[in-house]
Amino acid sequence: MNGAATETTRGPGPQAVLPQHGAQELGFPLPVTSASRAAVARRRREGALQVWMTATAVAASLLMVAGLLLLVLVNGLGYFWPRDVARLELVDGQVIIGEIVGREPIPDMGATLTGATASASGPRYRIQLKTGNRDVYGLDYRWVDEDAIAALGYPEDITVFERRAWGNLYGVVLEENADGYEVQLADGRTRWLRAQDVVDSWRPNAMTTGQKLVAYAVNVWEFLTGEPRESNTEGGIFPALFGTVLMVFLMTLAAVPLGVLAALYLREYAGQGPLVSLVRVAVNNLAGVPSIVYGVFGLGFFVYGVGGTLDRLLFSDQLPTPTFGTGGILWASLTMALLTVPVVIVATEEGLAAVPGSLREASLALGATRWETVRHVILPRVLPAVITGAILAIARAAGEVAPLMLTGVVKVAPALAIDGTAPFVHLYRKFMHLGFHIYDAGFQSPNVEAARPMVFATTLVLLALITGLNLVAVVLRHRLRERYQSPSV
Amino acid sequence: MNQPIGTVLLELDPVPHAGAANGAALREPAPPAIEVEELTVHYGAQPAVREVSLQIPARQVTAFIGPSGCGKTTLLRCFNRMNDLVAGARVQGTIRIEGHDIYAPDVDVTALRRRVGMVFQRSNPFPMSIFDNVAYGPRLVGERDRRRLADIVETSLRAAALWDEVKDRLRDNALRLSGGQQQRLCIARALAVEPSILLMDEPCSALDPISTARIEELILQLKERYTVVIVTHNMQQAARIADNTAFLLSGRLVEFDRTSIIFEHPRHPETRDYITGRFG
Ligand SMILES: Nc1ncnc2c1ncn2[C@@H]1O[C@H](COP(=O)(O)OP(=O)(O)OP(=O)(O)O)[C@@H](O)[C@H]1O
Ligand SMILES: [Mg+2]
Repeated sequence: MNGAATETTRGPGPQAVLPQHGAQELGFPLPVTSASRAAVARRRREGALQVWMTATAVAASLLMVAGLLLLVLVNGLGYFWPRDVARLELVDGQVIIGEIVGREPIPDMGATLTGATASASGPRYRIQLKTGNRDVYGLDYRWVDEDAIAALGYPEDITVFERRAWGNLYGVVLEENADGYEVQLADGRTRWLRAQDVVDSWRPNAMTTGQKLVAYAVNVWEFLTGEPRESNTEGGIFPALFGTVLMVFLMTLAAVPLGVLAALYLREYAGQGPLVSLVRVAVNNLAGVPSIVYGVFGLGFFVYGVGGTLDRLLFSDQLPTPTFGTGGILWASLTMALLTVPVVIVATEEGLAAVPGSLREASLALGATRWETVRHVILPRVLPAVITGAILAIARAAGEVAPLMLTGVVKVAPALAIDGTAPFVHLYRKFMHLGFHIYDAGFQSPNVEAARPMVFATTLVLLALITGLNLVAVVLRHRLRERYQSPSV
Repeated sequence: MNQPIGTVLLELDPVPHAGAANGAALREPAPPAIEVEELTVHYGAQPAVREVSLQIPARQVTAFIGPSGCGKTTLLRCFNRMNDLVAGARVQGTIRIEGHDIYAPDVDVTALRRRVGMVFQRSNPFPMSIFDNVAYGPRLVGERDRRRLADIVETSLRAAALWDEVKDRLRDNALRLSGGQQQRLCIARALAVEPSILLMDEPCSALDPISTARIEELILQLKERYTVVIVTHNMQQAARIADNTAFLLSGRLVEFDRTSIIFEHPRHPETRDYITGRFG
């Protein structure tokens, strides 16, 4: 499109000369089409180096983001797939049953040390197996050298048991009744599994792809709606998902009205003097304060200050057990609102600045008060800007963890903040959060290896949640824009 | 706020044949609608209007003419206190509208603006439907009844000579109207509030001759019920529609008289020069 424009505006004279040079320099074979001539001429004018530099920067950023997303997607989505279970016979006669989860070359220590080149047979590989049966073997995973494998198969009678404790169990069912299962493990030992200890069981090697897809969907659903088990390394993430959504919701409820009102005051009511400018600068800078500082402030102000006072006034009979005087979802949300309110203010102020003064005058000249003008003319116009601010606030709040750790997030919350017991909403309760869940399962659990798929899956859910919230807001903003702003004039 | 609009309209109704006082007005000269005494307006340190005094008769058309930047808009905006909104604007002197000092501290500015409507130099319809634009003013005073609102909208649009063009698309966004239609919509919007004085700042500056003619015709109709003050750069327009004309130069009022006198026997040479197009 630029090429065409160049052609028409430059006229035939310089056209005939300029592109020739470009073409020769860049080594294009002749004949050169007129479109590519124009493109070459354009590139020459713009400076190839700058184009390359900027384009490389874009490509690098895209690559990094895409790599991150791919990593999370592959690992997160793979977690739910009922993978086939392999049966390995080693050369020394040992039998192993497990899911093959990884393969890597064995680092050749000798070669590296002596400086010799790799042996002619090429690098040797080892595979990682999830063997489960933690109660028996002590570990969920083990590595096996490929050289040591005598036979590998996928017998259909292998059953995977998801248990309430000790992780998965792999084995062959010998006998089954209403009380439980008699299972033979890989090494020939048998174990009795009580039915109430089993969450789910399946025979992946015997399942068709269709059945696996169904199982996949069920697994995803159970992950999203289930309770965590085994100190968050197993089971579902529902409490964390719920806590995150509720926290973001409460945060939005507090931050958006506050931010909009503050922006309205700064832009519509306050005289535009140096004091207001100072406030504006301060607000802009608040957005850059490290989040942990907000956490400390929230702990001191909301939890100990406001919460402590509330306890003394309203819940003195329960003291010294604190009700509001300890971290809870309300205080966490308010702290988060404090952290995000500058974003809302800045976005709203920008929106207000873009509302033409003639509209304010039109409304005031009809006898409207300032507030009526704001309410009927200005607010509808800035709503898209407000929603932009809300999007930014939500994106920030959903991903922020540090302030929450001081103001109410916990590893395991005994009850949700909203439940069936009156008064149904218990905003003083502690809560779980996806971001903290990732940190806790991935880096605080005793069994990090086993928790890794869980971390990826939770990360995926958190990303999907943020994306989803943003998407909703973007669609909303688009709708409003169409409704309130000038149609193509 | 559930008070029927009829009462509100009666209070504001400026129709001449509605009361005995107006019957008297037909015999003697009516009291001036706007009295300006020694008005000076500064923007910051810069004076834009200096020591202007004049009396604008009721139910007549009064035109302000003068070269660009001479303070016509500033003077006009004093009559509904729109200059209050300009940071740094300072108004000195007295303006009385229908006998009340509008810069007195106890004045309800919103009530004043309902009484003194304004059409701006650049048309500024709200980004809402045509209907909502016109209904904006009545809704502010609490009118919620759909039928009465529809009546007001129709009457106002008819008065602004726009009804026939938009009656089938009242729900359309007002910004889809043409420039001339938008300007007439702004007039209709101002009329819907039932003011007694209508200030018009170059209402035809962006319009073609046909729309201009319609608006001039409209102004001539309006003066039966309203006091109209109009700013214009178009000498012929002033001559055609204005009963009185004020000539301003550099913030000062040079001459104010019947239009026929201003145009045929101006007393000041500056006025003559301006009208004959020798400067400005
Ligand atoms: N908001 C403002 N702030 C500062 N100065 C202003 C402002 N509005 C107008 N002025 C100045 O006041 C003087 C008078 O302006 P005004 O708008 O009244 O002129 P005008 O006669 O309406 O001109 P035009 O015919 O071009 O509309 C001008 O010198 C202008 O620069
Ligand atoms: Mg003007």
